[in-house]
Amino acid sequence: MERIPILRMGPFLLITIQVDMHDKLALQLQDDVTQRISEWGSYGVLIDISSLEIVDSFIGRMLANIAAMSRVLGAETVVVGMQPAVAITLVELGMSLPGVRTALNVESGMELLYGTLGVRPWGTGNDGNEA
Amino acid sequence: MSKLGEIISRNEESIRTDWMKNMTSAIQRTDLMSKTEMQEQSAALLKAIARSASASQSLDISSADWTSVRELLQDMSGSRARQGFSPSETASFVLSLKHPLFTTVRSEMAGNMNEMFDTIWSATELLDRLSLITSEAYMVTREELISRQQQELLELSTPVVKLWDGILALPIIGTLDSSRTQVVMEELLQTVVATNSKFAIIDITGVPTVDTLVAQHLLKTITAARLMGAECIISGVRPQIAQTIVHLGINLEDVITKAKLSDAFALALQKSGRAVVRVGNASGATGSPLPGFAKEG
Repeated sequence: MERIPILRMGPFLLITIQVDMHDKLALQLQDDVTQRISEWGSYGVLIDISSLEIVDSFIGRMLANIAAMSRVLGAETVVVGMQPAVAITLVELGMSLPGVRTALNVESGMELLYGTLGVRPWGTGNDGNEA
Repeated sequence: MSKLGEIISRNEESIRTDWMKNMTSAIQRTDLMSKTEMQEQSAALLKAIARSASASQSLDISSADWTSVRELLQDMSGSRARQGFSPSETASFVLSLKHPLFTTVRSEMAGNMNEMFDTIWSATELLDRLSLITSEAYMVTREELISRQQQELLELSTPVVKLWDGILALPIIGTLDSSRTQVVMEELLQTVVATNSKFAIIDITGVPTVDTLVAQHLLKTITAARLMGAECIISGVRPQIAQTIVHLGINLEDVITKAKLSDAFALALQKSGRAVVRVGNASGATGSPLPGFAKEG
């Protein structure tokens, strides 16, 4: 069965969604993410949806759910790389994903996660959010 | 009907001269169209009418026999609309053919009153319908013009400017309606992606009034930008607008708002870990050039 891979990057999980999400895949992902967080004790989840071009309310709710579940398990969620059309669709659907953090790309998303932990990822960086 | 066509074809030259002579200066508008061009158009139209009137058995100008006349009139009327003729001037051009035509019919059929009346009746009916077509084509051209200008206005009025690396500004001028918000939102989000900007300042100094609908549109744009990972700051809130927002009970608590664009820019710089400092030690200088800017040695 098709699955979305979950990569482990130190204390974080990296999920890149590169296929069109359908409902079954989304539910599977929810299962896997919660499983991995508790298994590896991750502090953060980074979901890259830059290749996602079509969303519906179900996918929107799935993102909110993953964020809420991760928070219960003690991990921060950052959604990165949302396309303009996707953002507009979600707003028109009335889903503003209030509990989800967002960033422009994987790099700034990582920085955001490191920021919440109080650890600088690459020592000398001076272009963060917390300055 | 064919009789009318016959009369026109036989007297084409004299009708045309008569037509041009009687055409008042208001219809000719020599300032907009040259006399020779007008003569060419009249000749072409008269010829087409004569041909169609001879060929067709009926006055039904929507039939195939009249296609050439219809197209000719639509072309003429369209070009006149663009040149700046008024609708009545355009319609009078066709209607002014009545006088020379009736005069000709009268002299041709002087002996037979009944036939003359019938012919004149069909001629007047025909010309009325043709002038209606002319007016309609005029309107169509005008409407196209208006919708094109509307589109151009939409595109013109939503520039997204880059203030600094990672800081965009979107000065909105004019009222925000749904279609405009759509354009503004798309433009802003595209630019956020293209320039990789973390901050967007929406300046509403040029928005005359803010009601619940406008506020809702603004909030939608801000939420969409947030979903993509960019933070929005609203600036240019005038005192009256601040009062209106509170009186209407619009909830802008999750949004950062500032009175001036410079305040918002300063905040964006500060949030991205930058500061503006004065070079050297300019004597007598008090304070930083913009309020809120960190002053460092």
